[in-house]
Amino acid sequence: MIDVLYFAWVRERIGLPRERVATQAVTVADLVAELSQREERYALAFSDRAALRVAVDQKLADFDAPLAGVREVAFFPPMTGG
Amino acid sequence: MPAPSEVRVQEAPFDLGAESARFAASVSGAGAVVTFTGIVRDGGGSLLAMEIEHYPGMTEAAIAGIVAEARTRWTLTGAMVIHRHGRLAPGEMIMMVATASAHRADAFAAAEFLMDYLKSRAPFWKKEIGATDETWVAAKDADEAALSRW
Repeated sequence: MIDVLYFAWVRERIGLPRERVATQAVTVADLVAELSQREERYALAFSDRAALRVAVDQKLADFDAPLAGVREVAFFPPMTGG
Repeated sequence: MPAPSEVRVQEAPFDLGAESARFAASVSGAGAVVTFTGIVRDGGGSLLAMEIEHYPGMTEAAIAGIVAEARTRWTLTGAMVIHRHGRLAPGEMIMMVATASAHRADAFAAAEFLMDYLKSRAPFWKKEIGATDETWVAAKDADEAALSRW
């Protein structure tokens, strides 16, 4: 099981801030493909990968990052701090 | 002896004068203290509020990492970041950074570095709340480009 978190417009499009996902996905990209097939709102949220950033266990990562041993994956738009 | 770095992520307002004075008093050996404060713009009067979302846990770690990187690049006797989240009105202070060093060049450069990295490497997202609409603030290419100068 992996905790999947969504922030900003990704959270709004999917309609929830976090969920536990039972998955055999090997990489973040696999997880995205799996979620996108669930429902339209997921497909919509993940449709433009260039507009998304990902963190794996609270560290910025790439879509090809492996998920073995990972507890938490987060998806969000580019950050706008400061 | 350099002071430990301080990172605070909070919903509550902060007192810029009190924080600046406390920081300046805490950094022994400093000949220069630089502070920067970010304020919610009023958007020409059309903005009702700015909502700032963040990623609890990662936010603190990401900022601490950015501050630690600054301290490897410049000789600082102290560094502090306060960043707010939640709903803020125009004119409210969003965040502040403070850096201290023996001479001003290091403190100025480190403060700019911290600001550039906080913009696009700390997990905050801003949403502008207007009278009739709400808009997520888009990241600017210029903010990403600003990182390349470091």
